[in-house]
Amino acid sequence: MLEIFQYQFMQRALIAAVLVSISCGVVGSYVVIKRIVSLSGAISHAAFGGVGLGFFLGVNPILAAIPFSIISAMAIGGVKQITNISEDTAIGILWSVGMAIGVIFINLTPGYAPDLFSYLFGSILTVSNIDLYIMLILDLIIVSIVYLFRREFLAVSFDEEFSKVVGLPSLLIYMLLLALVALSVVVLIKVVGVILLIALFTIPAAISKQYTYKLRKLMILATILGIILTSLGLILSYIFNLASGATIVIVLALAFLISYYING
Amino acid sequence: MSQKPVEIKDLSLNFNEQLVLHDINLSIEENDFMAIIGPNGGGKSTLLKVIIGILTPDKGEVKVFGKEPRKARDLIGYLPQNLSFERDFPINVFETVLMGRYHGLFKKYSKKDHIAVLQALKDVGMYDLKDRQISKISGGQMQRVFIARAIVNKPKLLIMDEPMASIDPDMQRSFYELMSRLKNSMTIILVSHDVGAVSTHVDKIACLNQKLYYHGPVENAANGLEEIYHCPIELISHGIPHRVLREH
Repeated sequence: MLEIFQYQFMQRALIAAVLVSISCGVVGSYVVIKRIVSLSGAISHAAFGGVGLGFFLGVNPILAAIPFSIISAMAIGGVKQITNISEDTAIGILWSVGMAIGVIFINLTPGYAPDLFSYLFGSILTVSNIDLYIMLILDLIIVSIVYLFRREFLAVSFDEEFSKVVGLPSLLIYMLLLALVALSVVVLIKVVGVILLIALFTIPAAISKQYTYKLRKLMILATILGIILTSLGLILSYIFNLASGATIVIVLALAFLISYYING
Repeated sequence: MSQKPVEIKDLSLNFNEQLVLHDINLSIEENDFMAIIGPNGGGKSTLLKVIIGILTPDKGEVKVFGKEPRKARDLIGYLPQNLSFERDFPINVFETVLMGRYHGLFKKYSKKDHIAVLQALKDVGMYDLKDRQISKISGGQMQRVFIARAIVNKPKLLIMDEPMASIDPDMQRSFYELMSRLKNSMTIILVSHDVGAVSTHVDKIACLNQKLYYHGPVENAANGLEEIYHCPIELISHGIPHRVLREH
């Protein structure tokens, strides 16, 4: 069985598993404790608009998804401030409009978009070296921003109103957190796809949350758990010849159930 | 400090095109212990948010110790109304209070901050539980932790939004014991919709329902209350065998 690790695509896939788990462990922890899971879901689906734009312009779809998902994150976060549209409504609208824009761009692109499916449901086995570099750089950006603003992110996640009173620029910090969610979405697109990635975002952090009350430990635990479960899903999908993204999600869900059962 | 803790002149504020506060005039003296009472939706929380500088009034002037509210933030401690955080949020009692010592971007919490946190926890009697996760304590204890967070900077003005709402009636006694200790060193304002819960303990009352109907000593407050609730009010609190009105 070990011979599967000799394949280059498998080695790349395992590196990808590590890279996605870092952003999931770090940003996913905030997503879970700040309860912005559905907001993150909207950002991930909206990112598909960027993927479509990438196909249309002939640039790397993952790169094109970066500005697109950041702009949608800002739109959802800012809508409450300047209009009286509720965040919930904004989430619903952006969720499908982003997808629709993606589909239209792909319609407009001459020829056939062969790996469109992989951006929807992920395809960890087709991750390229360039994809890995993009993921690595984004991970580095994410981890350094979290390190620099760890006090602010904690305060805003816990109690936004009080943060304002002690003079913390809470709206700015919240927007920065959403921008990190957007970057993490981009890291994840190739591996699990825009539709499935929210599971990878939330499950490792949700499981780890049952075992620690320290945020730093939570992030580390969620990262390690993410690496183990993603790799396991990857290997199972290879052995049983199943879609990798979906298999990873099912493995995550089973792990969540088991951990929930153990903890009563 | 000779300036009044709070001085409000002709303040009005609209929210979504609805008048929430109308022509408010209010001045609070040093070491007052004042309750602002009134029905839900009467603008109580809004008024507090104006005083702490989160909201800006459309008309009128607000001074806190003679300064703009935003510039007086170092002097204000704040206890928000409802805290809806994730139950197993990864934070303990100590870290919660430490947030009250926030200094600004890229600035670490120092040794001095840690000492101040421990002192504030001692002041509210929560020192022994400092390492507990924030949800692993009772409602009354949690409120004490948030009061510790509000007083960790040794504020001159403590502002509390519905502190009664989050504790059991039998916790109220220890809450007021804590308040009576704190009021020696700071001015305290709290808002409540429950007249009975506050009137036996505070020194002054303000009655607010968009307009401020009365503010002054508790004994004379009945008229103001009648006006805002549109029915006669008897200022006798239930549950506790106390008279609100002086013997006469």
